[in-house]
Amino acid sequence: MAVNKIVGSFNEAVADVFGGAVLLIGGFGGPGECPSYLIAAVARKGVNNLTIVGNSGGWGPDLIEMLRARMASVLRFPPDWYDPGLLVDRGQVSKGILSFPAAPGHIHTPFEKAVMAGKAELELIGQGSLAERMRAAKGGIAAFYTPVGVGTVVAEGKEVREFEGRSYLLERALKGDFSLVRAHKADRYGNLVYRGSSRTMNATMAGASSVTIAEVDEVVEPGALDPECVVTPGIYVQRVVVRPRDPRPWDEPT
Amino acid sequence: MPGERLDEQTMALRAAKEFQDGMVVNLGVGIPTLCGNFVPPDKEVIFHSENGIIGFGPIVTDPEEADENLINAGVQPVQPKPGMVIVDHAESFIIIRGGHVDVTVLGALEVSRRGDLANYTLPGKEVGSLGGGQDLAFCAKRTIALMTHTTRDGRPKIVNELSSPITAPACVDLVVTNIAVIEVTRRGLVLAEMAPGWTFEEVQGLTEPELIPSADLKEIELL
Repeated sequence: MAVNKIVGSFNEAVADVFGGAVLLIGGFGGPGECPSYLIAAVARKGVNNLTIVGNSGGWGPDLIEMLRARMASVLRFPPDWYDPGLLVDRGQVSKGILSFPAAPGHIHTPFEKAVMAGKAELELIGQGSLAERMRAAKGGIAAFYTPVGVGTVVAEGKEVREFEGRSYLLERALKGDFSLVRAHKADRYGNLVYRGSSRTMNATMAGASSVTIAEVDEVVEPGALDPECVVTPGIYVQRVVVRPRDPRPWDEPT
Repeated sequence: MPGERLDEQTMALRAAKEFQDGMVVNLGVGIPTLCGNFVPPDKEVIFHSENGIIGFGPIVTDPEEADENLINAGVQPVQPKPGMVIVDHAESFIIIRGGHVDVTVLGALEVSRRGDLANYTLPGKEVGSLGGGQDLAFCAKRTIALMTHTTRDGRPKIVNELSSPITAPACVDLVVTNIAVIEVTRRGLVLAEMAPGWTFEEVQGLTEPELIPSADLKEIELL
């Protein structure tokens, strides 16, 4: 039987996401790189006690609406932008391993509110160590030493060791149960290409979990992706699911 | 009476004067972003952004031209530029952590007399955001802190010891404020330039650690 990683629906794509799972959620902080429909499907599934891993814990539906108005003169948001804040808002998240959990101004993201209410635990980590910890998991590296974070909040409880007169922190690999990533095109092998700055954490997370699920704009025939230009080899990807042609509300099955 | 305080655009113009031809430059969010508008015309620099775009063009201001798939680390749409490169987040931070960024300009809440930087929390907020700023502060070849000289209520932001949580120890090389340019050296903080109309004593009065006047102390040179 031919390899075929394409699944027919978002519901099917996340069917085995379980309560207590560690989810590496791709994206950075804007709409273009966010695996919106995979997040929506996990929200509909209603599993709880999730650990989310990523740059931000999301804005959530209310702040996205506020930003949509505020940013209209700069960038138009698509109507179907559902970010990790949706999961936090719905009380599905008990822990975040995040770089940018707090809103930059005097507003609060859903994750900040959950931390303040004692409903979620935060492991704050800079983007570099976060990305490298996932890369390590993908490559079978148990841990690595980095100077970044020595003498700061990040170092709490971690081994510090000197190399060549400089202090380094021991950071452990971070493997997920599921990576939810957004890509542009895929073939049935799961080979992926991205668009512009949407590559970001998506390509880093692909392969760093037991199961990687890719949300894509389009599936193409094998051979249509230039092998010189494939960014994520399909080996890292277990499932591919295609975004709906027209925007759908998050709570409508896709 | 001291002179005027520089506006944000002028502060960014002064910081951008530090950029040399061919440098790889990363700009933090806030006032540092404005430095992108003030690259000296006879120089070409390569802008690096944490989310993995390198060598991009100016920020797009028209939503008709904005592409949600071409944003910088401040989620601002930018223009593509010939020679631009896109990498994933891990590679982007290998670039930062491997010391391949020549200069970063970061906003700051406080800078200590040793060049310790605090910039990842907001006063009154329980949760902070390290983002990629900690990696830049630890690993860029040169770190410029760009900030107002005092808080809104007039307290010094250049202090003996940080009162806010530390982002990175002894990382700041140069502080550019709205009244002064200060070099962080082994001898201490050296006042190199002052905004027009300011005296050494007036700048010192708004700075907690003792300043050393540069042998070449002068008015801020913008061009």
